[in-house]
Amino acid sequence: MIVADRRIAFGRIALFLVALLVGGAFAGLAIEATGSSGGALEAFDDYLLRIARFTLWQALLSTLLSVLPAVLLARALARHPAFPGRAFLLRLFAVPLALPAIVAALGVLALYGRAGFFAPVFTALSGERWPGIYGLSGILVAHVFFNLPLAARLFLNALESIPADQWRLAAQLGMGARASFRFLEWPAMRAALPGIAGLVFMLCVTSFTIVLLLGGGPRATTLEVAIYQALRFDFDPARALALTLVQVLLAGSIVVALTRLGASLTGDANLPVAPRRMVWRSMSETIFNTALILASFLFVAGPMAATVIAGLQAELGRLVAEEAVREAAMTSLVFAALSAALCLLLSLALVAARRALEMQRGALSPGFLERATDSGAAMVLIVPPLVIGAGWFILLRHVGDVFSFAPVMVVTVNAVMAMPFAIRSIRPAYDAASARHERLCLALGISGWNRFRLVDWPALRRPAATALAFAMALSFGDLGVIALFGSDQVQTLPYLLLQRMGSYRTEDAAGLALFLGLLCLALMFLADRLGKETE
Amino acid sequence: MSTAKNNPADGAGIGLENVRFAYPGGTAMNFNLTLAASDIVAVMGPSGSGKSTLLSLIAGFETPASGHIRIGGADVASLAPHRRPVSMVFQENNLFSHLTVAQNVGLGRSTSLRLTEEDREAVSKALRRTGLAGKETRLPQALSGGERQRVALARVLIRKQPVLLLDEPFASLGPALRDEMLDLIAALHEEQAMTTLMATHDPRDAERLCRTMVFIEAGTVAGFGPASEFLAGNGSEAFNRYIGGRREKR
Repeated sequence: MIVADRRIAFGRIALFLVALLVGGAFAGLAIEATGSSGGALEAFDDYLLRIARFTLWQALLSTLLSVLPAVLLARALARHPAFPGRAFLLRLFAVPLALPAIVAALGVLALYGRAGFFAPVFTALSGERWPGIYGLSGILVAHVFFNLPLAARLFLNALESIPADQWRLAAQLGMGARASFRFLEWPAMRAALPGIAGLVFMLCVTSFTIVLLLGGGPRATTLEVAIYQALRFDFDPARALALTLVQVLLAGSIVVALTRLGASLTGDANLPVAPRRMVWRSMSETIFNTALILASFLFVAGPMAATVIAGLQAELGRLVAEEAVREAAMTSLVFAALSAALCLLLSLALVAARRALEMQRGALSPGFLERATDSGAAMVLIVPPLVIGAGWFILLRHVGDVFSFAPVMVVTVNAVMAMPFAIRSIRPAYDAASARHERLCLALGISGWNRFRLVDWPALRRPAATALAFAMALSFGDLGVIALFGSDQVQTLPYLLLQRMGSYRTEDAAGLALFLGLLCLALMFLADRLGKETE
Repeated sequence: MSTAKNNPADGAGIGLENVRFAYPGGTAMNFNLTLAASDIVAVMGPSGSGKSTLLSLIAGFETPASGHIRIGGADVASLAPHRRPVSMVFQENNLFSHLTVAQNVGLGRSTSLRLTEEDREAVSKALRRTGLAGKETRLPQALSGGERQRVALARVLIRKQPVLLLDEPFASLGPALRDEMLDLIAALHEEQAMTTLMATHDPRDAERLCRTMVFIEAGTVAGFGPASEFLAGNGSEAFNRYIGGRREKR
C-alpha cells in the first residue's frame, strides 16, 4: 500500500501546517502570558467582565430575534408552496450569507444610519434629529439581517423533509393551521432548532466586522473588537491576551455544548424545491403569512437595495481610476487567489489521507490521525480568525515589523478558515470516486501523480472549483486578520473601505462596498452553480 | 365491532366522468370509471401509468383540470380532502413518528387530540380489532412494518368513511404478512362495507381480496371487469402482457 502511505504523508503535512498556524497563535499568547503574567492578570477587570457580558447578551438577543421569526417565516413559506416570487425570495435569502459583513454593515448604515435613507422619516416621526442606529440596536439589526434568512432557510429544509404523504394525511384528517403546526411542522423544526440556534449564536459571538462598524464605544463592544482595539490602538498586549483567552474559552465551550447537541457548525441550506403539496389554509392565515413574508422580504432586501443605491451615487469613475483603489483591489485579488489555492491543497490532502486511513484500517475503529483529518479542520471554527491573528501579532512583534507579515497571515488564516466548507464540498466526490476506482487503480498499478491526474481529478474538478470560488469569496470580503495586520503598505479592499469610513469619506465607502459586494456575489454564484452541476 | 354493526357505514358508489389531469410536463390523463357501492376493486397497471394519480384524484390530493368526481351521487371535485368521505392508507408514512399508537389513531376523531371518553373507547376497540391491543403507548419506531399499517387501518376503522383507498399498502411487507393484512381488510370490509380501491402490482393481492379489476395504462382506464376473469387471462391482451411480464420476473 505505497499509494495510501503517500496520501497519508501528505495528510500529515497538511495537518501539521494547520496545527502550526493555530498552535503558533497560542504559543504567542502563552509566551506573552508567562512574560507578563502580572499585566495579564490585572487586565481581568470590570471592563473585561462587562465586555464578555455584552458579547453574550448581544449574541443571545440576536439569536432570539433571528430564530423566532424564522420559525414563523419558514412555516409560512412551507405552507405556501406556490407563493408568487417564492423561488426568488429564497434566492434572495441566500445573498446575505454570501455578502461580506462589511458590505452588509454599510448597507444597514445607508438605510438606518444618521444620514441614511430613512433618517428623515425617523426624524419626522420622533420629532428630534435621528441619531442613527449605532450600538446594540445597530448590531442586532445587522445580525438579524444575516441570520434570519439563514435560519429560515434551514428551518424550511427541515420542513421539506416531512414526507408528502404526511401533508396529505393532514389534509385528509382536516388539520387546520394549529393542528398541523402541532403535529407536522413543529416536530420537524424542533429537531432542527438546537443546531440552528447554536449556529446563529456562535456566528454572533464571533462576529467582528459588524460590531466594529455598528457598535459604538465601550458600551457596545464585544471581545473580538476589544482585542482589535487593544492591539491596534492602545497597544496593550496584556489586555489583548486576557481578552483572547476569555474569547477562546467562551467559543470553545459553546462549540463543545453544540457538538453535544449534535449541531452542524458549517450550516448549509440547499435551495429547497417545493414539492407538490396539499395545504388547506384559512383566509386569516393566508393574510398573516403574506404579511410576514412581505415584511421579511423588505427587511432583507432593504439594506441590499440601500447598498446599491448609495454605491451608485458615489463617483465610481473616479474611484476606479484611483491608484489606492486599484492597488487594494489587486492585493485583494492576489491574496484571495493564493488563499483559495492553499485552502484547496490542504483540504485535498486531508480528504485523501482520511480516505486512505479509512481503507487501511478496514473494520477497526478510526484512529487518532483519521479522526484528526476528519474533524480537525472543523476545530478551527472554535478559534476565530481574529484570535489566531491576535496570537501571531503578539508573537511576531518580538521578531520584527509585525505589519510586514501581513500577506502571509492574511493568506494562511483565510485559507484555513475556508477549509471546513471546502472539505465538505470535496469529500463526497473523492470518497465516491475512490470507492469506485480504488481496486482498479491497484490492479492496473496507477498511482501517485498519474492517478491524481487521470482518476481523481476528473471527479474532483467541479467540487474543487466550488471550493475555490467559495474560499476566494470568503477571503476577498474578509475584514479580520487584515484589520490587525493592515497598513499603508498592505491594503485590501475591505481594509481600504474601513479607512475611508474612518475618515468620513462615506461616498467612497459606499462605492467600494458596491464593488466588493458584487464581486463576492459573483464568486458565490459561481460556486453555487458549479456545485449544482456536480449533483 | 358492535359500534360498526349498530350504525354500519355503508359504501358509496364512485363515478369519474371525463376527469382530465396532467402533472406539469407529464402525460395527459383522462379517467372514466363507475364503481358500485361496497365493491372491492384492484387497481393495476404498469409503474407510472396513473394508478396513484387516480386514487389521489378521488381523495382530493390532486385537482382535475376538468370533469366530475362523484361519491355517493354528490360531486366532490371542489371539496377539500377532509370534506370527502374518504380514508386513504399509503405505502409508508401513515403515522406521525412522535405520537403514540393511540394518539395516531385518535387523530382520526379529533385533530386537536381532545378525545371524549367515547372516542377513547372507539380507539381502543379499533386497536383491539386490528390486533394491536397492549401497544397503545408505543411509538411507531417500536413497531414492525406490518403493525404500522395495522395502526393506519385502525384509524380507518374509527373514521368510518364509506370509501377506502389503499395505495400499494403492503408493498414493503413479506408474503405471509401480506396475506394476513389482506384477510384483515376483507374482515373490515365485512363489517363496514366501504367501497375499497387498492392499487397493487401483485396479482395475488387482487386474487385474494378483490372482486373487480381496473386496469390502468397510459393515464386511462384500459380494462374493467370481474377480477377473476382478468386473472384467468380472459381480460385484455395488454393486461396479460403486463401480468406476464411480472410473472416472469419472479
